[in-house]
Amino acid sequence: MISNIIFFIVAALGIGLFVWQMRKIAHNINLGRDKKISGDVSTRINTLLLVAFGQQKMFKRPLPAVLHLFVYVGFLVINVELIEILIDGLFGTHRILGVLGPVYSVLMAINEILGLLVIIACVIFLARRTVTKVPRLTRGPEMRMWPRLDANVILITEIVLMLALFAFNIADQKLALLGGHDLPGAFPVSGPLVNLFGSDVPTLQVIAGIGWWVHIIGILAFMNYLPSSKHFHIIMSFPNVYYSKLEPKGQFSNVESITHEIKAMLDPSYVVPPAPEGVDPQKFGAKDVEDLTWKQLMDAYTCTECGRCTSVCPANLTGKLLSPRKIVMDTRDRMEEVGHAPIIFAPAHYKEESERVKVTEERTLLRGYITPEELWACTTCNACVESCPVNINQLSTIIDLRRFLVLEESAAPAALNTMFNNIENNGAPWAFSPSDRFNWADDLFITSKN
Amino acid sequence: MSEKKQIQVPVMADLAARGEAPEVLFWVGCAGAFDDRYKSVTRAFVRILEHVGTKYAVLGMEETCTGDPAKRAGNEFLFQMQAMTNIATLDGYGIKTIVTACPHCFNTIKNEYPALGGNYEVIHHSTFLQNLINEGKVKIAGGGEFKGKRITFHDSCYLGRANNIYEAPRDVLAALDADLVEMKRSRANGLCCGAGGAQMWKEPEPGSKDINVERAQEAIGTGATIIASACPFCMTMMADGVKSQNKEDSVQVFDIAELIAQAEGING
Repeated sequence: MISNIIFFIVAALGIGLFVWQMRKIAHNINLGRDKKISGDVSTRINTLLLVAFGQQKMFKRPLPAVLHLFVYVGFLVINVELIEILIDGLFGTHRILGVLGPVYSVLMAINEILGLLVIIACVIFLARRTVTKVPRLTRGPEMRMWPRLDANVILITEIVLMLALFAFNIADQKLALLGGHDLPGAFPVSGPLVNLFGSDVPTLQVIAGIGWWVHIIGILAFMNYLPSSKHFHIIMSFPNVYYSKLEPKGQFSNVESITHEIKAMLDPSYVVPPAPEGVDPQKFGAKDVEDLTWKQLMDAYTCTECGRCTSVCPANLTGKLLSPRKIVMDTRDRMEEVGHAPIIFAPAHYKEESERVKVTEERTLLRGYITPEELWACTTCNACVESCPVNINQLSTIIDLRRFLVLEESAAPAALNTMFNNIENNGAPWAFSPSDRFNWADDLFITSKN
Repeated sequence: MSEKKQIQVPVMADLAARGEAPEVLFWVGCAGAFDDRYKSVTRAFVRILEHVGTKYAVLGMEETCTGDPAKRAGNEFLFQMQAMTNIATLDGYGIKTIVTACPHCFNTIKNEYPALGGNYEVIHHSTFLQNLINEGKVKIAGGGEFKGKRITFHDSCYLGRANNIYEAPRDVLAALDADLVEMKRSRANGLCCGAGGAQMWKEPEPGSKDINVERAQEAIGTGATIIASACPFCMTMMADGVKSQNKEDSVQVFDIAELIAQAEGING
């Protein structure tokens, strides 16, 4: 009885804390500009099923994709057991879902096999980060102490959670065996290990208890760790993929306030519609997180820091400062500096971490986190967008920051200002005379076959 | 029997004055009009249009930059000024269909002009050529002079990832009966030439290597003697990259339209 009350308090605290954190996250995302995201719902659901549920884009790299699939399916299926744990914990029942009979056996068997696969995958993932040191997972100014530690914490926690589950199952089976009663379920992994902890009943009871409690407290703690971690993608990737950009990747957003301004300039009778509430129609582009859209901020919370974007970025591949992953991680750090910081991790700055990225003391995303040099290295090739398994649009943020540099600060590189002048004066980005535009057609011959 | 004929490229203003409308407007683009190397692509494409008897026209002196480089560089104001000027010109002539050899012009007019009131059917010349081949209007009997030659195609970002056009240029090249080889990074995983996002008009930011050199090395590594492209900026970047490797004598860069015109034997 007392353990039921303790369980209730622990579970309520864990869930309550998580809800409280999610409200802060929602507040942070709403720091962004309001932007209506339209588009066909069935296309969105289709994308959600393929990219988020179906992990479609992960399979560009088969090995991590298969390992990730184990962990992902394990996460989904093993959580069915969470329902049982909650009921057992609250009402003092024991394996309540055992009433499902053969279904329960199948479920338990699948759980155990997935649990083992999760352990194997997590061990390989740990090795990729700490032994073989896969470059995209370990290198770059944004992969400072916290993100590297975070990734390992997650993997170790997942292994511990699975081990706790197995410990509980082993002890529980042995206790049933010694007590001479039937235990519902089938246990293909822990079954053969039934004698691992000996035959001492009090010891087994303690192990079963510890295994059970570590698993449930672990899950509650894990849940509350998520908002501080790259692992938050297990929640955010679903809404983020649902709200993916559905237009062709080459289509950049239209700045409507500029459209109104130009129309008013060309036609004095044009009536400019009032700007949406809270939006300064005279401010172009983005200097800080409030100037980005809520979707761009949601992108930042969805990033799993896998580095696929950076590893295919032509600028990054050729030694330039730009790393699309850093753009996204900076956006998150800055958003949490402006809004609410998560409970585990308060955003740290690069200043002490990176010598190459020369940020300033300015308290803004632009320059305080992301330097113009990074932004001007982008070729807008969309390789980052294409590679992202959770459909983050790194490029849209880069372009909005560029817009601020050009339209608000006139701070484009000199060569680009020359190009702008050429377009304005000659109608071409080069300094050619417009009167020569049709010269290509001079003395043009064709060999005509009859 | 073949004869050499001079082409008088039809200009839209003249057609309009005669009350005529073209099937398709050929949007030449700034590179197509001014870049010495790319002018020959424009000329090759016009030869193909003449050869198959498409009723086309160009804007001639009335064409101006689509605004693509301004938009990618963040100068939205200049982009929209250009776009609205061009839309006024195009709508003034009642243009419905546009073909262009430049993926940047293609992307901008097709995807970004509609929000500003410009709605056209826009076709990239790779798709246009693909249709001509499929319809049997361009035959290239026996594959022509590129038969068996090793050719690799470099995907333009603004054709490929930006607009999901991967097969059209490859189908066009297939008509040459050549030995087509793919680079390791191709189609959706293609590596940018380094010119996009207005990089064409500025020096690269500090780094360890130029992007076009990286890409040219990859292309040369396939053993191809011809690098085929379908974008003016890719062409410049790839040609410069090949030069940086001192391979300009053994590896040439051609646009798909040049290859088709050459293989079809219509170059004047």
